Formats: sequence, structure tokens, C-alpha cells
Amino acid sequence: MVADHGLSPAEYAKLCEQLGREPNLNELGICSVMWSEHCSYKSSRIHLSKFPTTGPRVICGPGENAGVIDIDDGDAAIFKMESHNHPSFIEPYQGAATGVGGIMRDVFTMGARPVALLNALRFGAPEHEKTRSLVSGVVAGIGGYGNCVGVPTVGGEMNFDPGYNGNILVNAMCVGIAKADQIFYSAAKGVGNSILYVGARTGRDGIHGATMASAEFSDDQEAKRPTVQVGDPFTEKRLIEACLELMATGNIIAIQDMGAAGLTSSSIEMADKGGVGIEIDLDKVPLREANMTPYEMMLSESQERMLIVLKPGTETSSRQIFTKWELDVAVIGQTTDTGRLVLSHKDEVVCDLPIAPLSDLAPQYDRPWRETEPAPVLDMSTLPLRDPIDALARLMCAPDMASKRWVWEQYDRHVMGDTLAASASGSDAAIVRIHGSNKALAMTSDCTPRYVKANPYVGGKQAVAESWRNLIASGAEPIAITNCLNFGNPERPEIMGQFVRAVEGMAEACTALDYPVVSGNVSLYNETNGAAIPPTPTVGGVGLIRDLSLPTGFGTAVEGDLLYLVGHTSGWLGSSLYAREIEGITGHEPPPVDLELEHNNGKFVQSAIGASLVRAVHDVSDGGLAAAAADMAMASGKGMALEGSDILPAHAWYFGEDQGRYLLMVSANNLTRLQDMARNDDISLSYVGEVIGDDIALGSSRMKLSELRKQWEQWLPALMEN
Amino acid sequence: MRAAVIVFPGSNCDRDAASALAQVTGQAPLMVWHQSNELPAVDLVVLPGGFAYGDYLRPGAMAARSVIMREVCKHAEAGGLVAGICNGFQVLSEVGLLPGVLMRNAGLKFVCKPVALQVERIDTPFTSQYSQKSPITIPVAHHDGNFYASQDELTRLEDQGQVVFRYVDNPNGSANNIAGIVNQANNVLGMMPHPERAMGTTGDGGDGVLFFKSLLGGFR
Repeated sequence: MVADHGLSPAEYAKLCEQLGREPNLNELGICSVMWSEHCSYKSSRIHLSKFPTTGPRVICGPGENAGVIDIDDGDAAIFKMESHNHPSFIEPYQGAATGVGGIMRDVFTMGARPVALLNALRFGAPEHEKTRSLVSGVVAGIGGYGNCVGVPTVGGEMNFDPGYNGNILVNAMCVGIAKADQIFYSAAKGVGNSILYVGARTGRDGIHGATMASAEFSDDQEAKRPTVQVGDPFTEKRLIEACLELMATGNIIAIQDMGAAGLTSSSIEMADKGGVGIEIDLDKVPLREANMTPYEMMLSESQERMLIVLKPGTETSSRQIFTKWELDVAVIGQTTDTGRLVLSHKDEVVCDLPIAPLSDLAPQYDRPWRETEPAPVLDMSTLPLRDPIDALARLMCAPDMASKRWVWEQYDRHVMGDTLAASASGSDAAIVRIHGSNKALAMTSDCTPRYVKANPYVGGKQAVAESWRNLIASGAEPIAITNCLNFGNPERPEIMGQFVRAVEGMAEACTALDYPVVSGNVSLYNETNGAAIPPTPTVGGVGLIRDLSLPTGFGTAVEGDLLYLVGHTSGWLGSSLYAREIEGITGHEPPPVDLELEHNNGKFVQSAIGASLVRAVHDVSDGGLAAAAADMAMASGKGMALEGSDILPAHAWYFGEDQGRYLLMVSANNLTRLQDMARNDDISLSYVGEVIGDDIALGSSRMKLSELRKQWEQWLPALMEN
Repeated sequence: MRAAVIVFPGSNCDRDAASALAQVTGQAPLMVWHQSNELPAVDLVVLPGGFAYGDYLRPGAMAARSVIMREVCKHAEAGGLVAGICNGFQVLSEVGLLPGVLMRNAGLKFVCKPVALQVERIDTPFTSQYSQKSPITIPVAHHDGNFYASQDELTRLEDQGQVVFRYVDNPNGSANNIAGIVNQANNVLGMMPHPERAMGTTGDGGDGVLFFKSLLGGFR
């Protein structure tokens, strides 16, 4: 019984000791979810404390439903990223849909209107038997939910790697806007205040979802389908509107969404944060099905539900709002001064637990970990010489690089009327205007799992650096990140080693770039039959564009404009996309990340954009300089010609993935000022090519842009519709 | 021009339509709740995009039976202008103010992209500012925009010149590439593309502006 609940014998003993007796079944169920990895972060907490979480623009860091940052003029941005990996593998449509719904609730719970959604998706090998149905289900689920609620899905990433064959990753991010002085928190306060249940009714879906998400998969995972929740975006839409309406009344003391572990974790977290007790009469909980037991009610993960602590005397006016939106609403209990969670059902007390031990004294582990074996450095001179344009064409059609139009055309990217750059646009970040203003948020999600796998510490730094660089390149001031740390089984020292070192690398980059972590999520046990996913710490970055009249992105080009490269090129091919896709070699040391250089190069680019000296800017990452130029060509419809290097072999020069680099497009009359600025700032700025007619050219080797585009657009539709 | 935007609980382009109207008319439209049993005196009613009641049944089927739609029908019958955009088009066809139905897209997927439209009629209150010479570009975003009508009905629509917008490159399988139609009296229009998303303020082009300017033209 105890093992079925995912508690270890030691954890159970600790529970009994704290209670002074054995728990009953309801109490065991409640404790098991609260102490699950998913809710308690028991393996990760001591390492997460390494992240910098404060800064001049941070209003609320980790620990609440989402992070909050100051974006001037009394406005705040509220955002978070969260995983829905396990459910999406078992039931891709509903798993992904409820991932989107859950992350939106985390954001509007704090008082924000959601304005943008992003998704970082990792699938198995394209040819794997499950990949196509998973891609199609996940994409339809994301679209089906976000499109209906009416929040634009504006960006994300999509990778394929055999390492995700048994465990796909679905990381959803939501960004919302609120007034900085109207942020809502989850700490219940006072004694005798009403606890309002609103939203959908409670059913038998998703029971023990959090526990499921805290275990490895084996071959019987299909049997876990009943633990996946079912989403109802129409209810979510009404819940958003009703909650925002209620928030405007001033009736709310505290509010919390019922996410993982449903009524259990929401009530316990609210009580714990406010240092009060909670009494719930389970007979008052709106139910979808008759004869549900207290155990089922407390552990159900039915979606689209919220718990609210009301100011005294506001019950009637609060109810009216939810009635108007045709949502279920009920006062189900009240706050107490006992510090205990007391549940009654049919006039019987069915649970009586002290709240503090459940959350504060939840187990916390410093799990043993082992450093990842150092990866060998790839000697570029051992690679054969190839026709660079042929290599570029192959690279641009590789699964990770090929156009994802098939995906993002299924997402409503423009609802709300403020999307300035989304997946279709030439921009390193999605850009959404703050409604009715001349400023905007820039948002991006980033991780390069092949780097993290080869060197977790460097890969962790790189994920943060690339996120920061993408925001700089799109004309924003990078402000803060959320993250979603996806790893295998932490009980294995080599996996724990990946986690610890990736977190340390990320923390170092966040500190060096003044780019704090304000929210996040950890997803462990992404393993099937003992095979773990590539370590994937996804970074969700948010920045502010203060003046929309300045150039953003790389969607425009004028023939005759010059291409200049910021940053130094050593021709680093270890763990590059070129090495993997063209030569079939992986696992070498990834490119080093020099954070001081990263910072200086970024600040230089920021100044160049601020002074309107550049026409377009693109970060140089996967596929190196040649892929960056090809992206610019495809987005602008203008050809690009890059010159070769006198020093480096063609493959190293065109496809090396040295970090901290940007490709700038400059008109000849701004060149002198840009060069002066680079000289003064001691920045490496070098001529690499120019904007030409219809061709993409690498040295003397060239092809028609239209032909490259055709191939680039073909890959994903061919996979999905074949 | 006085305009009203109907707000169903699952409308999600109501604010966008209101912003577009305000941009062109200089006046915010009235927002009318779906349970309201009276429609204020207005020249134009806009049924906005979204998923009126979740649309788990046929899109627009429940909205067509809502309290406010009785008033919208009266307004239309009295000759008032009604524009249904996307979900609004679905509602108008479900309530019978426009012929045909909007089925699931032929590709069975939601499709969100800018599309080229041929403007077939420039003598309606909705299109008077357009030219027929070159196509306009307006985004679509829908799962159920595949216009279907019987062959007789299609012939009638074509003969009476009720097709107002036609896709240049059909994104959803619509019969005769139909993207938007009017009723016989020319005062009720339904269209799947979203003119309110092409107002020249987001990089999606400004071809929607003339749609709203056309409406304004009749009431200056």
C-alpha cells in the first residue's frame, strides 16, 4: 500500500513519527502527493538555491505560482514554464492541452491577463514508430487549447533526437501582463475566512497524476492513461475572465489554482504560506460524478479549478461573478487557527493532518552525484572537405533546422491583435506589444541538449547565454528567465551529476548576465526502461523592448547591405549540428561559453540597435554563420553571399558554433560609425559578406535561394503527411 | 457610425474587433453581453471570432440559439448591418441569416495564415473602399471554415452575386473558393478571414482597414 503510493519505507516512517500514529488512507494519499518529486522538489531543492533570483526588476521570484518582473510604467510581466512530459507521452492531445491550460492558470492566478504562449517540444527520432502520432497529437492539443482560449501561441522550439523516443518533452510557457500594484498571491490569511471553490467540477480524472509524473516509465505505461487529465479550454476562458473580474473587486485575500495534486496541494500550500489552518467540508465540493470518495476528491487533478480565500462579507458579490460566467462556485470551508488540514465528509472527520510537516518538513535529499566524463575535443582537421553549399542545404533540411510551418500554422498566433513577431517572422524572439502602448515583450525558449549531454556545465551556461543573446538580437533588454529542468532518474548518480552541473552552469550565466531566475519547474524521471533523455534544461527568457520604432529582428534586407560578424570565430565543430548531421559524429566537447565576452558583445549589439546603426540582427547558433545567413535570406527573401576564411577550413568557418556571436546587416553609410563604436568598445567586428540578388553563396559555391527554401519547407510536411 | 460587438462567453476576438472599430471610427463600440435581451440602437452589429460556447458541438450552433441572437436577427430583418467574422460567420449560418454551413477544414487541422482574397463585390456596405483589381491579404485562423452549400444553393449564390470574397489559394476546401458572402439584401455579411487583424499595426499588413472604412463610409 505504501509502496503503491510512491513513498519509500523511510519516508513512511518519518510520516508516522510526525503524526504520532499511522495515517488513514486519505492522509496517506495526501502525504504521498505532497511528498512526490513533482510537488516537493525533494531531489532538486538544495541545488535550485544556487540560482540568482533577485534584481532591480524582480517583483516576485520563485516560490509563487509564477515569477513577476517590472516592465516600467506600473506594468508587470508574469511568466512561468512548466513540463507536461509524462502525460503528453501517454495521451498526446490531452497531455499537451492540459499543459497549456495549467501554465495559463499559474499566470492568471497572480492577476495577469495571459498574452503569449510558447512551447519547447522534443520528440524522438523522426523515423521512430511513435513520433508522427506524438507530434500530431501534441501540436493539435496545444493549438486546440490555446486557440480556443484566445491567447496567441507565438514561439517555441522543436527538436528530434532518438534519446526522446521513450519520453518526449512538452514544456509550455505562458506570459501575462498585470499592473505592478495588483499582483495576487497564494498565502491564506485570517481566521474564519471563506474558502471559495470555483471553476470546473471535480471528477475522477488525473488521480495521482503527480505521482505518475514522479516515476519512470516501463512497458506498461499505456495502462496509465486514466491518470491523464482532460482539458476544457472553454471553461478556462471563462475562468480567466471571471477571475480577472473578481480581482478587480478587491474581494480576494489569496488565490491559487488547483494544479498537480489538485485540492490537496492548493489548500495545503495556501494554508502553509499564510501560517493558518484549513477546514473543508467535502460534501460541498462540486462533483462531476456521484459517490466520489474523499480520497478521490482530494487527489483528483480535474482541470480548470481555483481556490480563493475571500475577505469577510464578500461571498455574495463574488458568487455573482462566477454565476454570470456560468461556472460552478461554492464555499467549501474556512481558514482556522489550528495549523491543521481538517477534512469532513458526511459528518465524519476523514483527515486531520498538521500542515507544516507536510510541506516544510517534506523530505529533502542531497543525492549522490557523479561528474559527467569529459568529452574529447573534436579536431576539425580530421573532417573531410565538402562542398559548403551542399552541406548547408543538407543542414537546413535536417529535422532540427527544417521549417516548422506545419506546426505553427496550427496555432493562432495573432489573436489579441498585438503580435509583432511570431514563428513566421524573422526574429530571434517572439514579440508581443503591451496593448495600447509603444513597448513590447520579447520572449524566447532555448536549450541545446546535445551540448548539455556532452558537458552539462557548459551546456547549462550556453542555454542561458543563447536565450539572452536572442533577446538582445531582437532589440530587447533581457530581464529574467523561467526554466524547466528536464532530466532522467535523480537516484542515478550520473543523472544527478548532469542536473547539478547544468544548474551550476545556468546559475553562473544568470549571474554574469544579470538575468535572474524568477520561476521554474523540475521534471525528473524522464526515463523508460532505464534509458534517460538527453539532459534538457529549457530556458524561457523575457525581455522588454522600450521603443518599437527601433529595428528588431532580421526580416528585412536591402541589396548591397553589408554583413558583419560580431564575435570571434575559432571554427568550433565539437557537438555542432554540422558534425552530427553531415559527419554523423556526436559527443564531443561543446563550444566554450565566455560569459564576459558574451556580455560585452551583447551590450555592443544593444547599443548599435539603440543608435539605429543596423538594419537587421541575428544570433549565430545552430549551424553557425552559414545557417544564420540562410535564416536571414529566407526571412527577408533576399540572397546572401558569405566570403570564405583565409585561416579556417570552409566547414569550420561556415558551420562552427562558437558562442557569443551575432550577424549584423549594415547599410554602407552607417558602417564607419558602427566600426568606430566597435573599436571604442574593443569588440571584434569583421566583414563576412553582403546582401545580393537571388542566390545564397558560400565563397564560390552557390545555389538559388528559392531552391533552398523549397527543400527547407518540404521536410516536415513530407514526414507528417506521407 | 454606432456599432455594437456581441460578446459570447467564448468570444476571443471581441476586443480585437472593438479596437479596429475604434481605430477607424474614432469611437469605441458598445459591447453587448450574450444574455442581453435588447440590442441598443446601432447601425452595425459585429459578431466576433472565437469559440462562442466552446463550440464542442457544431461551431455557432449554440450561439445561434442565444438570447441576443433573436435581437440580432430583428436588427438584420429591419435592414441593419451585421458583420460576422470567423466564428461570427459560423453563427450567422447556424441562425439562418446566411446560407450554407462551415464544415471542418479539408486538411482537418486548424489553419492560421495570411491568405490572398479576391474582392468580388465592391458595391456592398462592407467593401465599397476596396478595388477589384488586385487581391488583398487578410489572415485566417480557424478549424471549421470549409464553406459548403448544395449545388443549387451555390448556383443561386453565384447568380445573385452574393460571393463577396474568394480565396486565391483555398486554405480549407471551401466550395467555389468562397471566403465571404452576403445575404440577398446586402446587409448581412459573413467571412472567415479576420480583417480586424490586418489594421496596419502589427506587421500583418493593413488590408483590413478598408473593410472598416467601407462600413464607416455609409454613415458619414
